[in-house]
Amino acid sequence: MLSASALAKRLLSFVAVLFCVVTITFFLVRLSPGGPFDSERKLPPAIEKALLKKYRLDGSLWEQYTAYLGDLARGDLRLSTKYRNRTVNEILAQTLPVTMTLGSISFFLASVLGVWCGTFAALQHGSWRDAGAMLFALLAISLPAFIVGPLLILVFSLYLQWLPVGGWGSFSQLILPAITLALPYVAYIARLMRGSMLETLQMNFVRTARAKGLGELRVVYLHALRVAILPVVTFLGPLAAHLLTGSIVVETIFHLPGSGGFFVHSVLNRDGFLLGGVVIVYCFLLVAFNFFVDLAYTLLDRRIKPCD
Amino acid sequence: MIDPRSWKKLKKNPVAWVAASTLAALVAAAFLGPLFFPAGAGEPGPLQQAAPSFQHWCGTDLNGRDVLFRLLLGLRISFLVGLAGATISFFIGTTYGLIAGYAGGSLGAAMMRLVDILYSVPRLIFILVLINALNASLQETAASLGWQWLVAYSRITILVLSLGMIEWLTMARIVRGQVLGIKEMTFISAARAIGQSPTKILLRHIFPNLLGIVIVYITLTVPAVIIDESFLSFLGLGVEAPLASLGSLLSDGAGALNPVRIHWWMLVFPSAAMVLLLLSLNFLGDALRDALDNKTS
Repeated sequence: MLSASALAKRLLSFVAVLFCVVTITFFLVRLSPGGPFDSERKLPPAIEKALLKKYRLDGSLWEQYTAYLGDLARGDLRLSTKYRNRTVNEILAQTLPVTMTLGSISFFLASVLGVWCGTFAALQHGSWRDAGAMLFALLAISLPAFIVGPLLILVFSLYLQWLPVGGWGSFSQLILPAITLALPYVAYIARLMRGSMLETLQMNFVRTARAKGLGELRVVYLHALRVAILPVVTFLGPLAAHLLTGSIVVETIFHLPGSGGFFVHSVLNRDGFLLGGVVIVYCFLLVAFNFFVDLAYTLLDRRIKPCD
Repeated sequence: MIDPRSWKKLKKNPVAWVAASTLAALVAAAFLGPLFFPAGAGEPGPLQQAAPSFQHWCGTDLNGRDVLFRLLLGLRISFLVGLAGATISFFIGTTYGLIAGYAGGSLGAAMMRLVDILYSVPRLIFILVLINALNASLQETAASLGWQWLVAYSRITILVLSLGMIEWLTMARIVRGQVLGIKEMTFISAARAIGQSPTKILLRHIFPNLLGIVIVYITLTVPAVIIDESFLSFLGLGVEAPLASLGSLLSDGAGALNPVRIHWWMLVFPSAAMVLLLLSLNFLGDALRDALDNKTS
């Protein structure tokens, strides 16, 4: 089981990585020339001055940095410099649920469907079904979302008119985005799972389980799966990162009101605080997720020493 | 020093032949094709959003420009970006991997730990932050130096540089793994015994033995860079109009989708070109890996 010192070590590296992300983001955003409130629509000088003072932007770089860290520690991501009547916290509170819903559905699809397809292909090893599934997987992995998404719209929304073109609110509007986002990862996990399952089925404990006279389903799904799934578990961390990045493009294709779209706009509008806020929140989610995946892995695989 | 047998093995692989000839056809089309168009094919014309015909094989776009002409120009840009990005990542990754592998010990371990950390960062998200940070600075610098060409191409320059700077991780890992094995061999001990400097050992004795595997990973890095560039151009953060890349053309195609009149040609042809390009590069890379890399596979 996990010792307290191992847990403390993990937590420490969790905080360290987040601190690096915040620092790098802050300095990269501040690196770009011009003040944060410069734009075509000028603020009244008094208000601009008050805002600069509030965020300590009139001080030295070090003062600005420590003031930003202080605000972050209090959970304040500051004001969007483009959408001036909204704070970054408000924007994220509205848009993050959309991104998270899409992301979790795709995550579920990719992991469950991928594991199932991979196991299926491994059991059919050498047959035309296996070969067909793997060829399809190779195709799906090579095609990025910005090709698959518009083509799905063209076929299923415009020609067949089965599903809506985009938007948010109903279940049917979720189907195409979720498929677009999840497809390459279903394929990737299926390939990972197939290889690992083929290897596991050769192991001695599987032969023992068969020799005991257990049914094939029991052998595969109760005994072999628990070991064969480990490489998939290690991929779950990178999967979350890929889905979060991919969701930026999927939200753009299907016009979803998620935070990915605001992220792109924040770069185009040079909206520093919004950009920084989204990056920091995304990284926080990813680092936290990786932390839990790590824990799950050590609990799943008894061969790994938790203190490593 | 590439084993001559690998070359024979590659020549016998039909997948490699199909992939290589598709790729060659695409390269030829991208660099020579636009020459066969009448002058002004890339300029806005009177015939807007026309379906494919004999004059315009792939139809025209919203501004009446020929889609095929734009597609070939876009293919050219995507190729160049892919090659430039892969070259940068080759230099960074190989140098990093050679040093980390040859130094070994705690320095090598620390260097690889950094690679692990960078792997877990959502890299494209940081590229967006980099573009935001550097684009305006570079434009200002270029303008003050009077380099007008750089002002126009500043974003794509930053894009290529930063894509090269994030795609070197796999190369570094592979090279380091190979160096760890090679440096224990007797010919390296011999070179060290006659007093050759580490730089010379790395470049003259170790690097030539890595050539095969490095070629494989350059081939696989090119499509990765092309996908990343298209991702950014699709979002409107990559190449700027009037330049086109596969990503910006796909974005135009996706934007032209509407239920009233279906302009499928603006989407289907760029998609097909990109699919062909990615598949041929990936299959060629896999075939090269099978032929050249008899150690890791």
